[in-house]
Order: sequence, then structure tokens, then C-alpha cells
Amino acid sequence: MSAHNEHAAHGGHGDHHDDHDDGAPHATVKGYLTGFVLSLILTAIPFWIVMGNVFDKSSTTAFVVLAFAAVQIVVHMIYFLHMNAKSEHGWTMLALIFTVVVVVITLSGSLWVMYHMNHNMIPGLMNETHKMP
Amino acid sequence: MSDTTVLSSHGAVSAGQHPLFHLPGEHHPENGTLLGFWLYLMSDCLVFACLFAVYAVVGRSFAAGPSGADLFDLRLVALNTAFLLFSSITYGFAMIEMQRKRMGATMAWLAITALFGAAFIGVELYEFAHLIHEGAVPQRSAFLSSFFALVGTHGLHVTFGLVWLVVLSVQLAKRGFIPENRRRLMCLSMFWHFLDVVWIGVFTFVYLMGVLP
Repeated sequence: MSAHNEHAAHGGHGDHHDDHDDGAPHATVKGYLTGFVLSLILTAIPFWIVMGNVFDKSSTTAFVVLAFAAVQIVVHMIYFLHMNAKSEHGWTMLALIFTVVVVVITLSGSLWVMYHMNHNMIPGLMNETHKMP
Repeated sequence: MSDTTVLSSHGAVSAGQHPLFHLPGEHHPENGTLLGFWLYLMSDCLVFACLFAVYAVVGRSFAAGPSGADLFDLRLVALNTAFLLFSSITYGFAMIEMQRKRMGATMAWLAITALFGAAFIGVELYEFAHLIHEGAVPQRSAFLSSFFALVGTHGLHVTFGLVWLVVLSVQLAKRGFIPENRRRLMCLSMFWHFLDVVWIGVFTFVYLMGVLP
């Protein structure tokens, strides 16, 4: 019974094994074209928003443009870099998640710390240094 | 009880041979190069994260010099973005032709990819030369220092990607689709697409947000 199960499981993996002789992801024309068209749209819209001055407020524009960039990065990861939870036993995804966490800490931490540094400087001292020749 | 059944059935089928074990759900690739290269890309990602963080902190410190709105030509950036995006899809087509084991088509798509990459570098060098000519040199302000460091590092990566692309084409022409060359093509594929991902961050964060008032 248990032996039969093992064979059935292997049979299901049979076609999977053929393409993976070197651990390669299987690319398709359709996948690349889907990713390309999506990226084209996701690139064109932010450029249009900024160049056409669609929003009055800069903060709104910045937020929308950043959101488009985030979506486009995910599109590239899926369709061009073939990211999924299964490749290399999930180690690529684990490395990616770890990197994203470190990147978020680096960016937000730097901005946060430096913003408060600027605001907590002694005002008189700052003006003195600015006035110095 | 069931264990003994499995053992006896295996013994009956493959007597005198090595026992075969199939672990469902487990798959071992031939080597760890692709995973290792992915880890390199992730560490490269941290390098870019630091450069982005620097730009985020000092990107508005103009020191009474020119700002992004004064300097950046978004039409040029859009052209560059298109070049890099097209080079990504043409590299994808080269990978597909590699799977079909068609050498001529693979080489042709790689050549087109190299042309788009070279066009990207050409436009970027033109932009840098224009900025330097206008006096917007890296030592002018903290904004320009971080700008040249970030965009220059990306451009340097693309340049080395181009060198790799040319060397790999020569290797392909000499040896064909041997497993080593297939592996190298897949590593360069990851590198090239990764640079396009970084460029998304650059054109959004540096150029599009840089020209906002």
C-alpha cells in the first residue's frame, strides 16, 4: 500500500523531472509576454502621472508612483525572475524575504534616524556653522 | 506492520540491486550554483539598498545648487527605461530559444539584448556628460554625490553585464549548449532581470520623485 503510494507520487513528478536536469525554471513565451505587457503599462502610467502633472499635491504623486513601482517589482519577480515558493526547496524565497526585511529596516531606519537627527540639532549651533565663511 | 510489507515487496522486485528511494516533494538540483547566485544577487540588493538609503537622506540637500527638477530630462529617462525593459524581454526570448536548443536564434536574441544594453549605457553616459558639462558634478552637493553614486553603480552593473554577455556568446559559439553554458545563461538571466528590477527603483525614486516640487 505504502509502496504503491510512493510510485504514484513519483509518476506525478515524472514530467517535472525532465525539465529540471539542472534545476532550471521553465520559461514560456506567454509568461514573458505577460510580464512585458504588464511592466510596460506599469511603467507608462507613473511617467504619465509625473510628466502630465495629474495630481496637484506632490505627496499624492509620490505615493501613487511608489505603489506602481512596488507592483512592477512583484511582476518582474514572478514573470522574469520566475520566483515561486518551491524553487530550490523554498530557499530562494527565504533569502528574498530576509533581504526584503533588511532592506526595509535599512531604508526606514535611515530616514527615521536622520530625520530626528536634523530636528534635534541645537538650533543656535546650526546657524553658527552656516554663518561661518 | 506496513513497514515490513514495504521492505518485503522491495526485496522481491529489486533483489540484488541497490534499493531505490523516491521521496515525494523532495527534489535535488544538480548543484547549488543557481541558489548561490541568487544569494549573491540578494547581497547586491543590500548594496543598492544602502545607496538608496543615502539618496533618501541627502537627496534634497542641494547646497544652493541645481535640483532634480532643474537637471533631469524625463523623456531621456523614459527612453532609457524602455531600452532596459526591451532588453529584458529579448533576454527572455534568448532563454526560450535555449530551451528549444536553437543556437542561431539564441545568439541573435543575445545580440539584440546586448544592443539594447549598450544603448542604455550610451544614453546614461550622454546624460552624465551633459550634467558634468552644466557644472552638476558629484562634488557640487550631497544630492549630486548620492545621485552619481546610485545611478553610477547601477550603470556599472549593466556594463559588467554587457561584458559577461559578450564573453558568454563567445563561449556559446565555441562549446554549444553544454550544461555549463546553460547554467551560465541562467545566471546571467537572473543578473540581467535583477538589474531591471533595481532600475524600477531608480527611475521611480530618483527621477520621477526627484522632479516633484
